[in-house]
Amino acid sequence: MYKMLLCQRYLRTRYIALASIISVTLGVATMIVVNSVMAGFGSEMRARIQGILSDIIVETRSMNGEFDPEGHMQRIRELVGKYISGVTATVEVHAILSYKSLGDYVPHPVNLVAIVPESKAEVGPLIDYLQSYHSQIENGREVPAERSRTEPLGWELTPAAMARRQEKAEYYRQTEKLRHQMRAQREKEEGNSSDPFAETSGEDGAAAESDEAPGQLQKGRLYVGVGLATYLSVDPETKESKTYNMIRPGDDVRITTYSAGTPAPKYFVATVVDTFKTGMSEYDSNLVYCNLEQLQEVRGMIRHNEDGTETRAFTSLQIKLKDYKDAPKVIEILRANFSAENFNVNTWEQRQGPLLAAVDVESSILNILLFLIITVAGFGILAIFFMIVVEKTRDIGILKALGASSSGVMSIFLTYGLLLGMVGAGAGVGVGLLFVYYINQIEKFITFATGREVFPEKIYYFKDIPTHVDPFTVCWVAFGAVMIAVLASVLPARRAAHLRPVQALRYE
Amino acid sequence: MSTTIMTSDNPLLRESIAMPVPHVAALAVQKAYRKGEHSVPVLHGVDISVRKAEFLSIIGQSGSGKSTLMHLIGLLDTPDVGEVQLEGQRIDDLPVRTRDELRNRVFGFVFQFYHLLPELSLMENVLTPLMIRHSIWNYWTRRREFQDRAKAMIDRVGLGHRLTHKPSELSGGEMQRAAIARALVAQPEILLADEPTGNLDAKTGREIIDLMARLNEREQLTIIMVTHDKSIAAEAHRTVRLCEGRIETLTDAA
Repeated sequence: MYKMLLCQRYLRTRYIALASIISVTLGVATMIVVNSVMAGFGSEMRARIQGILSDIIVETRSMNGEFDPEGHMQRIRELVGKYISGVTATVEVHAILSYKSLGDYVPHPVNLVAIVPESKAEVGPLIDYLQSYHSQIENGREVPAERSRTEPLGWELTPAAMARRQEKAEYYRQTEKLRHQMRAQREKEEGNSSDPFAETSGEDGAAAESDEAPGQLQKGRLYVGVGLATYLSVDPETKESKTYNMIRPGDDVRITTYSAGTPAPKYFVATVVDTFKTGMSEYDSNLVYCNLEQLQEVRGMIRHNEDGTETRAFTSLQIKLKDYKDAPKVIEILRANFSAENFNVNTWEQRQGPLLAAVDVESSILNILLFLIITVAGFGILAIFFMIVVEKTRDIGILKALGASSSGVMSIFLTYGLLLGMVGAGAGVGVGLLFVYYINQIEKFITFATGREVFPEKIYYFKDIPTHVDPFTVCWVAFGAVMIAVLASVLPARRAAHLRPVQALRYE
Repeated sequence: MSTTIMTSDNPLLRESIAMPVPHVAALAVQKAYRKGEHSVPVLHGVDISVRKAEFLSIIGQSGSGKSTLMHLIGLLDTPDVGEVQLEGQRIDDLPVRTRDELRNRVFGFVFQFYHLLPELSLMENVLTPLMIRHSIWNYWTRRREFQDRAKAMIDRVGLGHRLTHKPSELSGGEMQRAAIARALVAQPEILLADEPTGNLDAKTGREIIDLMARLNEREQLTIIMVTHDKSIAAEAHRTVRLCEGRIETLTDAA
């Protein structure tokens, strides 16, 4: 009883000891904040990767692909139909996307994924990423969504984009007409020597785009990542970031890829139908979706059968599971049935293994470092406890004279350490959780106070800082901090216990 | 009063023949302290025994070993040579736990500097020996009884109006009375007082001695008091003078 009473009194009267646990509090709070933010980023990232990749991917080993996607999909449904909720065939190749800017073509290496939107929507939340389905913030104003979410995915332009395209086509037609007139006039004046600049631009640019009726879409249709279509730049004077649209829905771009079989360059002009934003910069600045038929045709992935029908090829099948827990079972069945010579069967996690592992390693190293901080705090407690034991030498002597055992005296200081640890860790958990809860307000405040954006959307793609509080982690961190406080009090407590009462009481 | 206590060369033999078993006795105890490399002898074979309900005072100059002797008797320290007996049983070589228990139940201590715990109120200070004696659960269930006991004891030493005061808010005399209340609340058999008046003025010191004398009389409490003040020592039944670690004279008071 006296132990509890004394601990409680020491806790209330020794502010120096409370000061020593501030470092524990800060350490615990930091660990909780860092872990929550990292877990938030991690889970957002995983959700996005999984959204783009789908749950299980069956890839062909050859870039030529395998013929008969329907047959393979049917086979998958037969094998594991009860586990899956969707499956779609895609062709994935490397390509170059070039758009015209200031009269010049700007090329970008991209990953071109040819999809059938209807079935792609079954395996991943593509609709969540397409921007025409979501309201946008444009130069500070909110622009309402152009399509309702009930509208199925397709390769058509929104009316606004269509209008813009027609307007543009009309403008090009007019300039072309004007240019023709001017050239005709100049030819009349100078004979046949023509301006080489006028010629190339005439051939390469507008001519290719105005081949067809004004405003008619190209056969190739694309969804382009926002990282490709736009770029953010900060005005050096006003410090305001501004989005520049390099590619807008309705624009035509040129896609260069290579054919199946012996690789040979192939290109086609395609109309950008929509832009998408996943929040993963890797996807947003690298990924381009295109319509499956067009790419199959361009790459020569169509086999014309003797009976007049045609069989098309695919390079991968994306499968969505009803419950991701079934993945190992499904993988096992598929691996047994799709020969490893031709097919690679993987979960999205296995495909992104190194990236996910890197994130895990990062977070565990960070945890170790932060825990070292708490350990440092532990040494602070150790030092202050030694001081308290010295200060309390006489009281320890009194207690022993009154019959307290060594273990009783020791447990006073151990309990004191435990209580301090609990107070420190408790306060740390409180501070940490509050910080996480108000993290966006805090970020705004710091941005306001320092004038420097702490969490620029340009870099991180998230408007708000994503957080995820894992109760298990919080418990572990708090428990670890309490343990360190107790361990730090062991040595001083032993010292106190081994004081001989006479030594402690001597005053001559 | 008894006479030839310390005359025999063999105390054990003497006891068995001549004397009833003394309440507490130190037999030929020697003690030396280490100070750096040197061993400083403090007690050179001291024999002392106290009967039940006797009030013994030990006087001597500082450094004469009187406090050390009292610490040895009170099991705060162990003798290098010799033994300490309680009712004829050797107690200085008992296991640590048992000695802790004896300190708690048999001995009550009063110190020159009162030695109250500064964080606790007077009431809590007085309750400390009971808290130490009983487990948390035991204490909690009987706390009313203990509190009443402590309160009665505090009333007896005349501090009933200062229950919740911290030691720092009490005067020296009040602190010493509180210390006596703390020593007595555990109902000890032997009270060991180490210069109980050393830090008090003459009048307050006199009050404390009177209190102890009363307790000795009424409760049949065995008291061993260390002091260097002859007039205070004269209150005791018997006085032992220590000089440089040896018993010098024995006088019988009153």
